[in-house]
Amino acid sequence: MNQIHHPMARYLRPGKEVTTSCPGCGEGIIAHSVLRAIDALGMDIDGFTFVCGIGCAGWIPSPYFAADTLHTTHGRPVAFATGVKLAMPDRQVMVISGDGDLTAIGGNHLIHAARRNLDITVLCVNNRIYGMTGGQVAPTTPASIRTTTTPSGNEEPAFDLCRLVEGAGATFVARWTTAHPRQLTRAISQALQHRGFAFLEVMSQCPVHYGKLSREGRATDSLDFFRNQAVRRNQAARMQPGELAERFVVGTLVGEEDIA
Amino acid sequence: MSEQGAVRTGRYFMQGNEACAEGALAAGCRFFAGYPITPATEIAEHMAGRLPGVGGVFIQMEDEISSMASVIGASWTGVLSMTATSGPGISLMQENLGYAVATETPCVIVDVQRGGPSTGIPAVPFQGDMVQVRRGSHGEYEAVAFAPASAQEMFDLTILAFNTAERLRTPVFLLADAAVGHMREIVEIPAADSIERLRRTLPDAEADPYAIKGFLDPDVAPMPVFGRGHKAHVTGSCHDAYGMRNVVDAQALDTFVRVLAAKIRRRTRELAVIETGNTADAQVILVGYGLVGRAAQAISLQARAAGLPVGWIRPVTVWPFPDQELREHCAAARNVVIMENNLGQMAPYFQALLKDQLVWSLPPQILGTLHHPDYIMSHIEEMLK
Ligand SMILES: Cc1ncc(C[n+]2csc(CCOP(=O)(O)OP(=O)(O)O)c2C)c(N)n1
Ligand code: SF4
Ligand SMILES: [Mg+2]
Repeated sequence: MNQIHHPMARYLRPGKEVTTSCPGCGEGIIAHSVLRAIDALGMDIDGFTFVCGIGCAGWIPSPYFAADTLHTTHGRPVAFATGVKLAMPDRQVMVISGDGDLTAIGGNHLIHAARRNLDITVLCVNNRIYGMTGGQVAPTTPASIRTTTTPSGNEEPAFDLCRLVEGAGATFVARWTTAHPRQLTRAISQALQHRGFAFLEVMSQCPVHYGKLSREGRATDSLDFFRNQAVRRNQAARMQPGELAERFVVGTLVGEEDIA
Repeated sequence: MSEQGAVRTGRYFMQGNEACAEGALAAGCRFFAGYPITPATEIAEHMAGRLPGVGGVFIQMEDEISSMASVIGASWTGVLSMTATSGPGISLMQENLGYAVATETPCVIVDVQRGGPSTGIPAVPFQGDMVQVRRGSHGEYEAVAFAPASAQEMFDLTILAFNTAERLRTPVFLLADAAVGHMREIVEIPAADSIERLRRTLPDAEADPYAIKGFLDPDVAPMPVFGRGHKAHVTGSCHDAYGMRNVVDAQALDTFVRVLAAKIRRRTRELAVIETGNTADAQVILVGYGLVGRAAQAISLQARAAGLPVGWIRPVTVWPFPDQELREHCAAARNVVIMENNLGQMAPYFQALLKDQLVWSLPPQILGTLHHPDYIMSHIEEMLK
């Protein structure tokens, strides 16, 4: 019988093909997009160092990607990546980590790497919650959403991560969602080719915690939400501020031309 | 990179912190990340000026958390890397210090100690972090630390710190203080080819990446540094010899903790550097580390000149605690006086070691200053009555 191989399986560590993500989690889509982008660019995965923090998103490269991987402490992957990149400037350094990791505990490292225009790619998996610790509020949780630590609803506003890093000096910024895997893959290739600090925010579903606590629903409901609420940059420019509430802009927000 | 430029052979009147930076360059350090703090700043400033000229990298990070993180990141590319700070920064480094221990990352951390707790007094010498560097990060682990007493030792022990870090694949501390860091003394920098420079072992370049046992060997595993196709998997989570995470078995945790500890514990004797004088027949022994060790030596010689049976010990290695050497040298003495510029941080370790002797913990009369000879002499006379 012919064995069928997944086209991206060659980028995975042998024996590590089974994910630990929950069923319906968006992380598989993101892992796939990252590997497809590397594959499409014809890059050698041995030319990469993946750096990740603590949280579900940190487990996207670790231990699955068959490349040098530095799985660091919570919030610090960008700081570790700074050392790797400066000491080995010819290598691709890609950080993949969660919204809490990169923008709460690690927020200071993120803005300073953006300010330095450090030549790395940072992919932030924004599931709008702390997934790994069981559904606590994150700086990305929308106002009024119920989480395990905001039982009466979140009273704080959420960060706009793309505007945060843009303000700090990032020279490539894009936002996509797990409902847009093709666009995401192309944005990742753009980011990998960009010289300077490239930031990708990927809205991703966490059906187990966010979906349940916020009553957004199952994985497919979150994907519908992403698809319906996403607004392209040029569209957004023609909309009234009120119309943009609860919606988010997708596409390349800083850097080379938007992609189709 | 030019070895010639890196090693400034010659005889200088040099500041301790500068000597430390020159020692690092001579050892082969080519990456420095840090954050300004008195009384350690001169090390960063000196490295900022010198590293670019020898093909190295200097970066001032946004804090000490990220300084320690980027030092570890750089070390994983195969580069000798270091940071330098003082108490408040040491507190912030504890998180990633534990990561360096867990991932067996060679690096050097210089702590030029100052008055604490908290912001304390920046430029007053103090020995307040002695136990923090040993126990400050969470979990169970062993630390390595050397305590310099002179500008020359700031140079020499920085090289020893790098050699030890490389050989054992572990973070190593240089525990100086504001006085040693800021003092100016004669420093001799030897010829480049007479300086021993040890390097971590690496896996075979052709090795099958999935067959590399790059972690958890009590005899020190080869380090699968990045960029050579080793597909290294480096994690601070509990892992096996291949670096693969195991966060479910207590047995895996047991191995992880014990092997990392054994790597250092087994080498306690060979890591022990200790200076002594007149201990064989001494009834009173003065013990001091760092600059206080020089005071202990001077007072002991003064006592000898007055005909009193007094000896001195200056542990240069403070961690791992050089217990066998200390026990041997203290064997004859009824009284052992632990002189420390703190309220007695190391004294309990001596008291536990020398159960049958009288072990006295003796801070200076005013913390942050050296022990006055008359003060110590009056204690010695009391003990010898
Ligand atoms: C210093 C520290 N504080 C807290 C934790 C516990 N912790 C583990 S993961 C996590 C949050 C993860 O959230 P996020 O970064 O959004 O990743 P996700 O799991 O949602 O992908 C926290 C708080 C930790 N590991 N270290
Ligand atoms: S907890 Fe949420 S983010 Fe984490 S793996 Fe499960 S679904 Fe994904
Ligand atoms: Mg999250």
